[in-house]
Amino acid sequence: MLSGTTPIDRAEKSHEEELIRRIRDGEHELFYELIRPYERRVYSAAFAILRNEADAEDAAQEAVLKAFTHIRQFRAEARFSTWLIQIAVNEARMRRRKEHAEIMEAIDNRANQDEEGSYVPRDFADWREIPSETLERTEIRQKLMEALASLTEKYSQVFVLRDIQHMSIEETAKTLGISTASVKTRLLRARLMLRDLLAPGLGGSWSGRMPFEKGAKPW
Amino acid sequence: MVMSCEEVWREVSNYLEGELDPALRAAMEEHLRGCKHCTAVLDGTRNVVQLYGDEKMFELPSGFSRRLHRKLAENMPRPRGTAFGWFVAAAAAILIVGGFEVGSTSVVNRSLRSEHAQPGVNIPGDMTVVVAMNGKNFHVPGCKFIHEKENLRTMTASEAEREGYAPCVRCLRKYLPSVSWFHSPFGDVDSHSADLVEAEDPGEE
Repeated sequence: MLSGTTPIDRAEKSHEEELIRRIRDGEHELFYELIRPYERRVYSAAFAILRNEADAEDAAQEAVLKAFTHIRQFRAEARFSTWLIQIAVNEARMRRRKEHAEIMEAIDNRANQDEEGSYVPRDFADWREIPSETLERTEIRQKLMEALASLTEKYSQVFVLRDIQHMSIEETAKTLGISTASVKTRLLRARLMLRDLLAPGLGGSWSGRMPFEKGAKPW
Repeated sequence: MVMSCEEVWREVSNYLEGELDPALRAAMEEHLRGCKHCTAVLDGTRNVVQLYGDEKMFELPSGFSRRLHRKLAENMPRPRGTAFGWFVAAAAAILIVGGFEVGSTSVVNRSLRSEHAQPGVNIPGDMTVVVAMNGKNFHVPGCKFIHEKENLRTMTASEAEREGYAPCVRCLRKYLPSVSWFHSPFGDVDSHSADLVEAEDPGEE
């Protein structure tokens, strides 16, 4: 699960560095090749934060455009994908803040107070291994997205970067400007909250109602 | 070492990350063997990580790539080097520069008003900029580093460059190749951020 550097990684990085050098030298059309492997990740990062297809696509486009405009500022010691996702996350966060500035601030303040205490699982439904084919069902993906959308921003962002984008703990911390300890705390809580939300449905027969629909959430 | 349920829940994430030291891991596994609740929590949390981490989780909207590439194409500088392009560029240079000498590379020779300044890179030619009457640089309108705010002239970036003005190292720093930008991602491009390295503006008014 943790990131390591393989010969394939190094070859890809070297290929990307070459592309970036040529793009900087004026072969702008190579930028398409550079970003093609990351289109899905850019979109998913934006979607997980904005939770709306149209807004996510706008933010993803803008992020890619900014990456192109600022390609000279990319520093080779970082991974291009990390840099690109950072831009996408910031673009999406900026748009989200503009729309929900006051509401999100209130929610996040409340969530900040909660972070110190331990999270106690609310449900102990047995959830055995489920095949990834489950994800081919649209309604399951929808349930997962609803569960993710119910988390406050501070938890969903850490979860998105670490568990969806597969960034390392350190990269996640750097991207969000928080400590690795905070990443771990928030990640634990996000995972446990999602499990609480999903286990009763995915562990047994799906009831059609998400647990969080029953009442106010404790976080 | 005996672990309580609460202690196990605190370590579930680290367990999945493989970050527990062997003693703690062993104690946790010992607890899990006798605790159905904690086993359910661990299994479920592992499933959460696996499901959301699966690439099938997010599908790109239909036509996403096509629209993205079109947007990029609209915003990329035009490709250089076509015969027609060179012809148009050369004709434009001759018309604009008039009696001035045109360099052999058919690029307009821009001698800057400040010998310390450097020309910008990829500045959109139609960008609206301002110059001060006795200044040497051009700025984004509203730049707070324009010292002489009266007697400003508005023009396009191309015109400013042709007249020998250099881009302001503050408000147009992103177009200057040698000005070091910080690496962290730009939520928005705010060239006036105080956290950027401030250098003395060469030859500023």
